[in-house]
Parts: sequence; structure tokens; C-alpha cells
Amino acid sequence: MNRSRLRSAVGLLLVAGVALSAAACGSDDGGEAPASDPNAKVTLVINGLPPDTEAVNRKHFLDNVAEFEKLNPNIDVDAKEGKMDPQTFQSKLAGGQLEDVFYVYFTDPASLIAKRQVADISKYLDEFAPTKELRPDLMKIFSDDSGKVYGLPAKNYSLGLLYNRELFEKAKLDPNNPPKTWEEVRTAAKAIAGLGKDYVGYGDYSKNNTGGWHFTAEMYSLGGDIAVNEGGTWKAAFNNDQGKQVLQQLKDMRWTDNSMGQRQLLEWADLLQMMGSGKLGMYVAAPDNIETIVNQFKGDFNKYGLGPIPNGTATLAGGEGYMFNAKATPEKIRAGLKWLTYWWNNPDRIEAEYQWAAEQKTPVGLPEPALWTGEAKNKQQAAIDKLKNLPVENYKPFADATANIPLKVEPPNAQQIYAVLDVPMQKVLTDKNADIAKLLSDAETQVNSILASVK
Amino acid sequence: MAVATAGRRTAFRSRLGRKIQDNLMAYAFMAGGIACFALFSWYPLVRGVILSFQQINFVTDPYWVGAENFTAIFDDPLFFTAWKNTLVFTGLALIFGFFVPLALSILINEMRHLKGFFRVAVYLPVMLPPIVGVLLFRYFYDPGFGLFNTILRGVGLPESQWTQSSSTAMISLVLVSTWANLGGATLMYLAALQSIPGDLYEAAELDGASAWRRLRHVTLPQLRFIMLVLLLLQIIATMQVFIEPYQLTGTSNPDTVTVMVLIYRYAFTVNQDFGMAAAMSVLLFVVLAIFSAIYLRVTRDRD
Repeated sequence: MNRSRLRSAVGLLLVAGVALSAAACGSDDGGEAPASDPNAKVTLVINGLPPDTEAVNRKHFLDNVAEFEKLNPNIDVDAKEGKMDPQTFQSKLAGGQLEDVFYVYFTDPASLIAKRQVADISKYLDEFAPTKELRPDLMKIFSDDSGKVYGLPAKNYSLGLLYNRELFEKAKLDPNNPPKTWEEVRTAAKAIAGLGKDYVGYGDYSKNNTGGWHFTAEMYSLGGDIAVNEGGTWKAAFNNDQGKQVLQQLKDMRWTDNSMGQRQLLEWADLLQMMGSGKLGMYVAAPDNIETIVNQFKGDFNKYGLGPIPNGTATLAGGEGYMFNAKATPEKIRAGLKWLTYWWNNPDRIEAEYQWAAEQKTPVGLPEPALWTGEAKNKQQAAIDKLKNLPVENYKPFADATANIPLKVEPPNAQQIYAVLDVPMQKVLTDKNADIAKLLSDAETQVNSILASVK
Repeated sequence: MAVATAGRRTAFRSRLGRKIQDNLMAYAFMAGGIACFALFSWYPLVRGVILSFQQINFVTDPYWVGAENFTAIFDDPLFFTAWKNTLVFTGLALIFGFFVPLALSILINEMRHLKGFFRVAVYLPVMLPPIVGVLLFRYFYDPGFGLFNTILRGVGLPESQWTQSSSTAMISLVLVSTWANLGGATLMYLAALQSIPGDLYEAAELDGASAWRRLRHVTLPQLRFIMLVLLLLQIIATMQVFIEPYQLTGTSNPDTVTVMVLIYRYAFTVNQDFGMAAAMSVLLFVVLAIFSAIYLRVTRDRD
């Protein structure tokens, strides 16, 4: 009782404090965005600059920065390397080193908004027409419950089943007909693992939140959920038959079939590397993994195929975007939106970007869910049709099925939940006596306590 | 009366002034050290304690939340797991890390040849940056192509999952930690062994004491003080284990999550809540402060 009283008192004090400071600063609730001098000199600090190791992409990025600065002589862009790193984010924010416009994954906005660590850009959006053509469900990821917007999506993906066509052939499986159910995945994995001691039929993650991410994807594929909103309160929703099915399937493949290899505790890069080495049969992945595997491991696009997520009741949709520093001034927010609608969110640049990619012999035509709606969506599709340079028939099973598989976004406070769900994944893959019911019930308790903080 | 008081005051002031003047140089030399301690040790310490009672988002001003951060960490199912794991790690690390260096130092001390070589060999892992050592072991422990399983296969023994199995994960971490840290302790024991007067051994030998009795009745009693000091230092160091679990088993593994890993989870990954991390740090600080106080007491008594 005392704690709730204390909480209410602190809450009241906060509300009073906010009200007082709002009153002191003048009302902020008008419909117009704060005015700023359009000619004022602005230095805009952004991140997302590709590192030196990606020389071509880096040059392209910097060329575009130069072009943007030419078009906007009052804006100086200070581009920094790096993307969202939760491990350094708080320190950067505390030290005043956070960029004005910074990269995030779809899993980040909810908690950044809840912690009031990002700027509200809603009132500025009317000034930037392309933002109106972005998919509303993706914009929702960057918004709070009252509809205020704090960032823009830049790219999105949905998960499917990435597989090695050569290994399918070797194991006498049909490379044009990848597994469509988890039962078929199990059978195919067994056949591939049977090729020899070093072959791994199916790989899955269990470290640094990637295990929880894949558990979520696999729950969605069976029609399950991770969290559901019941009358305004979020609750964990995976301690059920579907949750058990996901873990039991992995446990059976790992210990009964021995088709998942001995090496576990894998994280993001591990499965890409294993796929690149040609010894891994299948894993759940986004289409852009193929490009990374081919580029980093000198692979061949023809070697890989992409099927729909097994069972396919729904598939996890994730992605990336940009948000604004809570301390950004109106000048910086406008400059930031100008940059984003010039570079990432510009329907008029889609074709030019694909053209550039095609000239660099980087892939155009990897199946990705659209970022846009309306006219902009048509422009994107037309550009892909014109410039595609990949063996798109390899991705046909994915592309055909994806149209009918509903996309499902990640749960609130996703990274925190994923960290908890890493544990059951780790356990079933490293302990043949793992108690699935207990793992799910422990994780449920922890996830419920995380969800209790979600408004 | 008033004159007398004023006179006393003047005399006191001039004495104080002289004292300060005499020691001005000393104070000047101390100022740097005090400023460094204040800035890098005491201030963060006090700030950490304050933070443990606050909620902070680094944008708006922090606000007080009473003991909420502490109740939140007590409610975390991993809280007791982390303390249990830390104690198990400390216990195992002491069993290996305390006795292995002692045995090694006695062995090296008894050597007639290659003493210098072994002294360097034992100390080499300490010179390796900890992260390099741990990454090396990551390769050794790999259940597929790792060195350890390759050796086990070679001699026909059953393989182990090492860090990837609940039953062997913790002991695998202890092995890395022992390997990486035994050099320092061994050298300290060696130094202590060499300071034992040779005539004690001579007298024992004349009395017909066997090697074992010499060890039990001369060496160990003479090493008692250094053993106690090292024991306390090792408890303080091993309770703060982080790199080994962080690198080898990840921050989510309930078999190996330690107090330091939990602090890291609270601050940087799962909760991104510096208040909770500070609350956990304060608890660890209290526990370590007790051991540090014992250490200070022991070393002061010796002085």
C-alpha cells in the first residue's frame, strides 16, 4: 500500500512539475510546430554512415550527404558511423554524445518513447509530404498511444526460411519446394544432417537476444503470440501449447534427431557464417541475409533459396528507422526530416537507388515487404521490376506465400523480452533434460514483470 | 578578559598558519591525489548510492523513487540465482585458485633447474589481456572443433559440452579464471617462500623432519599471513567476475549469470535502468566492503 501511495505521490509530483514547467514555458499544445529560422545555420549530427570496410557504400552515403548539403546550404551534416547499440545508447545520451537523428531497430522505439528519451516530431510531419505515404502500421511503431510520432521507418523485412539449394539436392530434397511446415523442416533437417558429421540440418539462435527474437518468430508462425493486450494491460502469452511446441520441436531436432549440430549459443553472425561455409541446411532469416552471406563469404546468389516461414500462420516483421534526440531544437528536427525525406524516405529516389545498386552488382529484387502505400508503393514495385538482377525464381516460394501470410510486429519492449526468451532457447539446445514447462513458466513471470512497465 | 581571549586567538591563528606554512608543500603534493580519488572514486561512489534511489532517463532531471529500485531487483527471479552463482563461482575459484598457486609455488621453489623459466611461464597468462585469454578458451571449449574435445576424442575419452551444458558451464568458467589469474598469486607465494629463513628448515632437518612435516610445520605456518591476505583478495576479486560469463555463456544464461552480469543486464541490455543497476551495485558494494574491512583489519594487525 505504501509503495503504491509513494508511486502515486511521485506521479502526482511529476504531473504537477510537468504542468508547472509547461505553464512556465507557455502552452505547447497548439497544432503548429514551433517556428524556426529557415536560413539559420544548422549542424545536423546523424549516424548510419557505413564503415571504411564498406568503401563503396560509404562513398555513396557521403556523396549523398554532399549533394544534400548543396541543396540545403544552411545545413551541415556531420555523419557518424554506427547504428543502434543498446549497450552504449544510455552512455551516449548521458554524455551528450547522442546524434540528433539516430538509427533504431523496430524493437527500440517503444521503450525510448516510454522513457521520454526521444523528441516528438508529429507537428513537423505536415511540412514533409513523403511521410504521409509511409505505411500506417509501420508509423505506428514510431508512435505512442495518443498518436504522437517520434521517428520514421526506413526499411522493413519479414522472416522466411533461408536454405542451401545445393545441400537440398545432395540430400535428395526438392530445392524448388522448401519445407512448408515445421514437421517438414524436421524431416529435411534430418536428411541434411545425414550427409555427414559436419553437416547441420537446421540452425537456430540462443544468445544476445537473438534466441528470443527467433522464438517469437516461431510462435507467430504457429499462430501464437508473445504478449497480448487485455483491457489495456499487457500480459505474456507464450506459456501455452504453441510455446511448448516451438521448444519441443527444437529439443527433438537437437537431441533426438541430432540435426542441429553440437555447437550452440549462436548469435546473429554465426548462422550467416555457417550458411556461408556451405554446411548449414536451413535457418529462419530475413531476405537481406542472402546479400550479407554472398558478400562476406564470396558466395553465389544461385546457391540460396528462400521459402516462407514454416506453418505460415503469421510471420514476424521487423525493420529499422530513425528517431530524434529529445534535446533536438526545432531547427535540427526540420533539418533531420529534410535529410530523411531526401535520403531514406524519398519515393522519387527509389529508382535512382536501385539503379545505383544494380550498377554496383548488389542485389535488387530481394523480396521485401513494402515501406510505402499508394503511389509511392507502385513506384517502388515498378523500379524493382525494371532493375531486378537476382535469380528471383529462387525466392519465388517466399514471394508467392508471403502475400498471404499476415505480418506481425514485434512485442512491446521487445529487446527486454527477447533477453528473457533467450533462456528457454538456450536450455533446450544445451540441456537434453531441459524442463520445457518450467522454462516457459519462469520466462512468463519475468516477461510479465517487464510488461507491467508498458503503458 | 577580552584582551586575553583575543591574544589566545591570535596565538592559535599564528600557530595554525605556521603549521600550514610548514606543510604547504605536503598539502600541495597531496592535493593531486585527493582530487583524483575524489573525482574518480568517492564521487562515483556517492553518486552510485544516490542513483540507487532515483529514476533517471538522462534527458529530464532524475527523481526520487524511494526503495523502488531495490524492491524491483528483489522481485527479479534472477536476483537470487545471480548471488548463488556468484558464491558458487567464488567457492570453486577459491578451491582451484587458492590451492593450485600454493602447490605450484612450493613446487617451483623446490626446483633446482629451470626455476626462472617456470616462474615466467606461470606468470605469462597474467600478461595476456583478459579478453584475449577468454576468447582463446572460447575456441578451446567449442564442442565441435575445439581443442579440448579434439584431445578427448584423440585419446578415446567421451567429449564434453563445456560451456554449453548446465552441468559443466560454471566449472568451465572457473578453469579459465584460474588459468588467467594464478600467475600473480603464485609469484606472491614464491616471494613469501623465499623469505622463510633457511635455518628453520635446517633445524627441522636436523630434528629428522620429513619433507611433508617440513611443509606442514615450517612452510605453511610461515605462509599463514600471506595465505589469509590472498584468500581475502581473491574473494573480493572473484565476486566481481564478469568477462568470463559475459564472453563465454552470454548475459541471459541462468546457469552462469553472476551479480556483475546482472548489473550489466540492468544497465545496458534488458532493463536499461541505471537505478536498478546502481541498487544492485550498492548491495555488492556492501558485501565486498565487509571483506575489505576484514582485509584491512588483518593487514593492520600485522603492521
